[in-house]
Amino acid sequence: MKFLSYLINGISLGSVYAIIALGYTMVYGIAKMLNFAHGDVIMVGAYAAFACIMNASLPPYAAVLVAIVVCTVLGVLIETVAYRPLLSAASSLAVLITAIGVSYFLQNVVLLIFGANAKSFQSVVSLPNLKLADGALNISGVTIVTVISCILIMLALTAFISRTKTGQAMLAVSEDKGAAQLMGINVNGTIAVTFAIGSGLAAIAGVLLCSAYPSLSPYTGSMPGIKAFTAAVFGGIGSIPGAFLGGLLLGIIEILAKGYISTELSDAIVFSVLIIILLVKPTGLLGRKMQEKV
Amino acid sequence: MALMVEIKNLGISFGGLRAVSELDMEIKKGELYGLIGPNGAGKTTVFNLLTGVYHPDTGSFKLDGEELIGKKTIDINKAGIARTFQNIRLFKGLSVLDNVKAGLHNHYRYSTAAGIFRLPSYRNAERQMDEKAMELLKVFELDGLADHLAANLPYGQQRKLEIARALATDPKLLLLDEPAAGMNPNETQALMDTIRFVRDEFDMTILLIEHDMKLVSGICERLTVLNFGQLLAQGPTAEVLSNPQVIKAYLGE
Amino acid sequence: MKKQKLRSNLITYGIVLAAYVIVQALIAADSLSSMMKGLLVPLCVYVVLAVSLNLVVGISGELSLGHAGFMCVGAFSGAFFSKCIQDVLTFSPLRLLIAMLIGAAVAAVFGILIGIPVLRLKGDYLAIVTLAFGEIIKNVMNIFYVGIDGAGFHFSTQDEFALNLAADGRMIISGPTGITQTPKDATFTAGIILVLITLFIVLNLIDSRDGRAIMSIRDNRIAAESIGINITKYKLMAFTISAALAGAAGALYAHNLSSLTAKKFDYNTSILALVFVVLGGIGNIRGSIIAAVLLTALPELLRGLSSYRMLIYSIVLIVMMLFNWAPKALEWRERNLGRFFKTSPNK
Repeated sequence: MKFLSYLINGISLGSVYAIIALGYTMVYGIAKMLNFAHGDVIMVGAYAAFACIMNASLPPYAAVLVAIVVCTVLGVLIETVAYRPLLSAASSLAVLITAIGVSYFLQNVVLLIFGANAKSFQSVVSLPNLKLADGALNISGVTIVTVISCILIMLALTAFISRTKTGQAMLAVSEDKGAAQLMGINVNGTIAVTFAIGSGLAAIAGVLLCSAYPSLSPYTGSMPGIKAFTAAVFGGIGSIPGAFLGGLLLGIIEILAKGYISTELSDAIVFSVLIIILLVKPTGLLGRKMQEKV
Repeated sequence: MALMVEIKNLGISFGGLRAVSELDMEIKKGELYGLIGPNGAGKTTVFNLLTGVYHPDTGSFKLDGEELIGKKTIDINKAGIARTFQNIRLFKGLSVLDNVKAGLHNHYRYSTAAGIFRLPSYRNAERQMDEKAMELLKVFELDGLADHLAANLPYGQQRKLEIARALATDPKLLLLDEPAAGMNPNETQALMDTIRFVRDEFDMTILLIEHDMKLVSGICERLTVLNFGQLLAQGPTAEVLSNPQVIKAYLGE
Repeated sequence: MKKQKLRSNLITYGIVLAAYVIVQALIAADSLSSMMKGLLVPLCVYVVLAVSLNLVVGISGELSLGHAGFMCVGAFSGAFFSKCIQDVLTFSPLRLLIAMLIGAAVAAVFGILIGIPVLRLKGDYLAIVTLAFGEIIKNVMNIFYVGIDGAGFHFSTQDEFALNLAADGRMIISGPTGITQTPKDATFTAGIILVLITLFIVLNLIDSRDGRAIMSIRDNRIAAESIGINITKYKLMAFTISAALAGAAGALYAHNLSSLTAKKFDYNTSILALVFVVLGGIGNIRGSIIAAVLLTALPELLRGLSSYRMLIYSIVLIVMMLFNWAPKALEWRERNLGRFFKTSPNK
């Protein structure tokens, strides 16, 4: 029973990672950049919801909507101002460092507005806990909502990419920017849409993360951001099912490691598993093999 | 003349596509040999098989009697094969001189510590490398550009620098992948002289891929023609080029 | 070209020496604030960190996000040595020297152990794996307890009591609290000497047979293989030397702190080093030095602005990146400032 409850917690945390990783992987697939500020967009989303609930007394669903809008706009803004000018720079490291700058920027803006003290986040989910097996297994409402959201998002994204014109344009741009441009696809617009979706997802992830783990500070997003990035690589970066699978596995491994081995070492164990996977399968679980043409 | 290259039944598939199949080929020592065929015939794939970039499904390849199939690229180079690339692959961040000196890597050695502490072995080896590299650059009339960044050379000179770098590894067999691509007729003429000079001066065996028929008929002594990965014709240049099947493959039906 | 290289290297050494002389003069004239004085050793540490990382990122062309991990093992092994030998060896410069050598050696061993499996990976995959290794090192150091008593060393990964130290025993490494009261052997002079040694090693390595091999792999791996260069060997060489230098820097850093904790060496520190390298110009050693000094000093210089300083820092970072790297900005610079800047970033 203990194992089952760890597993459920793992799936719940993994679902949050998966939602973040989906955003990461989409952005990577299309802009070929590691967006280090993605974790901080999550944090901004959580703060936006927090402010709506605490200061404006909005109902939870409205707060989530506001958070999504704030993050979507923020994502597009970041992309246009800070990343777009650098996407054709001589080194791909340039945009990586700029993303780090954006990460510091977001953290410090929030720090100035809300202060350094951790806020206690009020869960946006008011569902009662689900008690199974005579109360031995207790599944919280947040867990249920998180897992369901993750699955819905994953399905919606897959449908969006395979069924809509914009989704197809995304695929084309991620395959070959130059060719996509020649085919009349608006490359910059498509990249902006990708950032918008990724950042909107980050807002949802932020709210769900803080509903499950209620302490909110300007640095809340960093570690989940890194973990989700790890999850995306784990699953094969650029692959949507890969991000989903990677996120879930990462969450499960982390919670099981915390439960059975050591809380302090759980991160080390997660990263060790990542290293082993990459050494065995250098492009991640579901990643495509790349061959350089000679 | 002694046999330098012996290729038997060489073949490779990529996901069901036979890129090269049942290729037999023999090159004598000191020969200037051409490998030709329409685009996509598998010529560069043959080079990649001979240099260990790909490993063949079948066949054997002997250089001077030594079997090289299954060896790694660097060991194949050490065994005496150097090549150039169809899409030029220079060390763009290095100077012209350093590109050639990189080619001399395995012929002049000193320890890492000697390099860092500038011991006499460093000075000696570096001086000898400079001299040797300048000698090679002179052959290709690049000595005046030794200090330039390789990336800044014009296209034709980049192709020549690649040949110089390959020669620096002191090979027995030199593989040239479309050496005249992108050159104008004058440059091509000069390149033909240089290739002949390299063969005579360095006692080299040369296998080259080329589309420029003037170059092929001008310097190659024998040819192998590939079409869709299959051997189409083989023999002395004039004979092969007048073969109706070859003409058909080139001009289409 | 040879002469040019030599001159450029001499200028780099000259800048470091000049900085040393100026700082010493300022100290003698008592016109350096205590805050700036406190920054002197960290500045040297970050310069070494940046230069050594540039060997991997700029010269070898591999993206590493785990540089702080090597600094961490260097810091802990060096400080561990000094804590043990403190009462026996009291001549502090020698103690520091040995500690830095030990830090470098241990970090080099880690560099080899990590490098062999991971250097097969490329680009962003290598980046995430090195980041993962850095985090693992930090996490493991965080649960490491070592004590010493008459019977010798005691190890544990649980807590201090699990060590069962005798009454005369003392703690050396205590988990998340790390190592406290390492002898404060680090001085600005020692830091500058380490910077000069680092420059000597890196600049001379670049301009040698091995350096050429390393850069040829960076520029074109397939061509390098085709001329008989051993890819694994030279990638590993750059990675290991870089790790060793970071380890020495870590040891110096440890001897400047009253309390050394593994937390200090998280991925943010690795990223900071990468920021120095990219901002200073990838592959440009002198640029790394200048960027490390400016970006380390900047937050301190902005201290008067209190809570706005990190915000300004981040904006400066973004603007400088855009100004230095965006193709449009470079074009604009070329057109309008061509006379003043002839620098375009190294490719």
